[in-house]
Amino acid sequence: MEVIYIVLPLALIIVGAAVAAYVWSVRDGQLDDLESPPVRMLFDDEVSRRTPRSPSVNPDR
Amino acid sequence: MASSVFPYQPVARRQAEEQAETLCLHCGTPVPRGLVNNGAPARFCCSACETVYGILREGGLERYYDLVRESGGACPVSPRSQGRGYEDFDDPGFIERYVRASKTGAPQVRLYLENIHCAACLWLLERIRRVEPGILSIRVDLPRSMAEVTWDDRRVTLSAIARLLDKIGYAPHPWRGENAQELRRQEDRAILVRMGVSGAIAANVMLTSIALYSGLFGAMDAEMESFFRWTSLGLIIPAMIWGGDVFFKSAWRSIVHRAPNLDVPIVLGIAAGMIGGTVNVVRGAGEIYFDSLAMLIFLLLGGRWLQRRGMHRAADAAELVMALTPSRARLVEGEGVRDVPVETLKVSDLIEVRAGETIPADGLVTRGESDINLAWLTGESRPSPVTAGTAVHAGAVNLTAPIRVRVSATGEQTRIGRLMDLMRAAAENRAPIVRLADRFTAHFLAGVTGLAALTLAIWWGGGPEQAIEHAVALLIVGCPCVLGLATPLAFAAAIGCAARKGVLIKGGDAIERLAGARHLWLDKTGTLTEGRMRLVSWTGDEALKPLFGSLERHSSHPIADAAAELPGGAAVESFSCTVGGGVSGVVNGVRIDAGSLKWVLERAALDGDDLIARARERQANGETVVAIAAGGRLAALAGFRDPIRADAKETVDGLRRMGFTVGILSGDDPLTVRAAARELGVPGELARGGVTPEGKLELIRNEMKEHPVVMVGDGVNDAAALSAASAGVAVHGGAEAGLAAANIYLNRPGVAPVLELARGARRTMRVVRSSLLFALFYNLFSISLAVAGLVHPLTAAIIMPLSSLTVVVNSTRARSF
Repeated sequence: MEVIYIVLPLALIIVGAAVAAYVWSVRDGQLDDLESPPVRMLFDDEVSRRTPRSPSVNPDR
Repeated sequence: MASSVFPYQPVARRQAEEQAETLCLHCGTPVPRGLVNNGAPARFCCSACETVYGILREGGLERYYDLVRESGGACPVSPRSQGRGYEDFDDPGFIERYVRASKTGAPQVRLYLENIHCAACLWLLERIRRVEPGILSIRVDLPRSMAEVTWDDRRVTLSAIARLLDKIGYAPHPWRGENAQELRRQEDRAILVRMGVSGAIAANVMLTSIALYSGLFGAMDAEMESFFRWTSLGLIIPAMIWGGDVFFKSAWRSIVHRAPNLDVPIVLGIAAGMIGGTVNVVRGAGEIYFDSLAMLIFLLLGGRWLQRRGMHRAADAAELVMALTPSRARLVEGEGVRDVPVETLKVSDLIEVRAGETIPADGLVTRGESDINLAWLTGESRPSPVTAGTAVHAGAVNLTAPIRVRVSATGEQTRIGRLMDLMRAAAENRAPIVRLADRFTAHFLAGVTGLAALTLAIWWGGGPEQAIEHAVALLIVGCPCVLGLATPLAFAAAIGCAARKGVLIKGGDAIERLAGARHLWLDKTGTLTEGRMRLVSWTGDEALKPLFGSLERHSSHPIADAAAELPGGAAVESFSCTVGGGVSGVVNGVRIDAGSLKWVLERAALDGDDLIARARERQANGETVVAIAAGGRLAALAGFRDPIRADAKETVDGLRRMGFTVGILSGDDPLTVRAAARELGVPGELARGGVTPEGKLELIRNEMKEHPVVMVGDGVNDAAALSAASAGVAVHGGAEAGLAAANIYLNRPGVAPVLELARGARRTMRVVRSSLLFALFYNLFSISLAVAGLVHPLTAAIIMPLSSLTVVVNSTRARSF
């Protein structure tokens, strides 16, 4: 079980990285608006369905 | 019996009738019958709706209507276009102040858009570039009603974008109050970081604790056990410093103010567990409770975040008022007129206000005759005529003709500015309520410390070490975490539920206040009524209806809008309009004069006094009477009125049954108010008419001295009263100033949601009470275990989250709305 002495600190370092990523995402403003993104996501798929109408320009990007 | 065989027949019949009514293809409101008979190919209630429908079809955006139906939202609203040119949006001063460069270098602006309410709005706006390709992107922030627009300034001007948004019904305003907003955003982020960090730590402390607990059943060598214990300690220290400090500070502040809040017993438990645990880790013996503590901090921060989010949203909404005051004025200089920012206006400047524009400052009319709409400012449902010498107030809308105004007060000094001041002051002075949970605090604190002392005394005989262990365990399991969670969770769940039903509540306080109130005042214009004129009676020659309808279609007066419900289609020649009088024209070869009785009688003969008497009768009934003369003879009377909403009676009755004393508080003519009160069954002494906005505030303040009061209103005239009342409810379609002042906003037309709201608030408080009761029982149970010395870290680790979970389930499962 001595492996614990290496694995546990290693796990904590990974957790630390995840926490750092989270803190960065919050400070970057990615969690400022929690209502619009879940709604926006639902409409994403239709871009591909609509493009055949005007093949030269993609209206959404 | 026939009625028992077909029990649903009345309903079926009603549905059939509704189907027979044509609904507007855009906004879904019934189309005035006159328009349908006209043989119009598309079915719309007004030309504005038709325009929007056309724009959306052209851009291939019809799916919007499906989305609206799916989401069941109150959108789209019939567009109330401001009819502005938005030229000021292209002004260098405007650009300097509000426009920034985006990451790609294209100009970007933040706009506050009126009427953004649902997912369909977001869908439509973010795809509006199919209609106007010059827009590079629009990103909508739903909760803040904000859109970030990036556009290509070589292809389109900002004013053109603004006009497009306005036409569709989302009137744009520059986003002001950026600084305050930014502060709140930083605060939101800080608490989110705290919550995330303490959550991650709680999970990891729990993992190490599981290892420790599993060591209970088998052999774990002492060295490894101590390694795990030190790891736990190392993990919990940052959670305590980075997350727990919130509670320590809050508890300290409340002790300084000599009003201990719930954080005091919480901090007591945390501190006891932390000190005891650290000592035990260092000396290498005794129990540690770090897993329970970490969980506690995380859960409490979660509750705190939910609460804070509600408060910040309310503050965001208040900023919208700023966005709505007109930002530009037309300054008259010599012969010319110059567009200037409203901030630069000075007293005794001369300004011009064109038809359809909002008056930017208080002043006296020097030239021009027009009608102005004061509905939002005073609650007066009828437009009032102005001529040279009339005093006008900022915020009123000029309806018919351009006027010039000599400025007498600007900005904060205007009547609307002072009203906003009153509103802010009233909101700040709103006494903080003593939360139900906080009322337990003092007793709880005394109980817990007393019992801890008792435990210490009981177990002292068995050695001080064991006695202290048991007392620490008691302080930890006695920590009123569940008590602290119960209220914010129930409120957050209720607010979420209500929002889906079109009732926006800005924070839990409002629910608690609303549930405790028994007195309710309703505004009339725009709240109990629709806030727009409709034709309600016709006296005299029926054959004149289409002629009158055709004639009025040429005018832009609000009365004329209402008359457009009548069939039209007749040819109109030589149309003329007299401001403050009426309109004339030759329709189908017949000369028609329609307007105020006095004005019509000046140009038409009279056949007996019958019609005059009828006109007086109608006026006494609260109607605005338009006299119609055909071929120079008075022939008919059309009565117009702002009718009571269909759901008003039901709502008022429902509120009464719930034990509310319901009154009407209006700025409109007392006669009209009394007529409305009669219709709704409100006793005469509770129907107050002709009350100024300041008067409303006064009345609410006086009543508040005796008991909590709920105010329901819509306009700027209610704003101060809304913010002074225990709970202020703003109805859909009102001025956004009302929305900012109120702590509850109905996002659905009609007053029926008020009733739902009142019921929902009481149900929510029942949920809160049951959760609190459960929390108390739980604490009693765990404390008695601790006194008996039966608490082990493992039992604490199981029963504490379990109790929190129970409260979470109880709060979120309860369908309070």
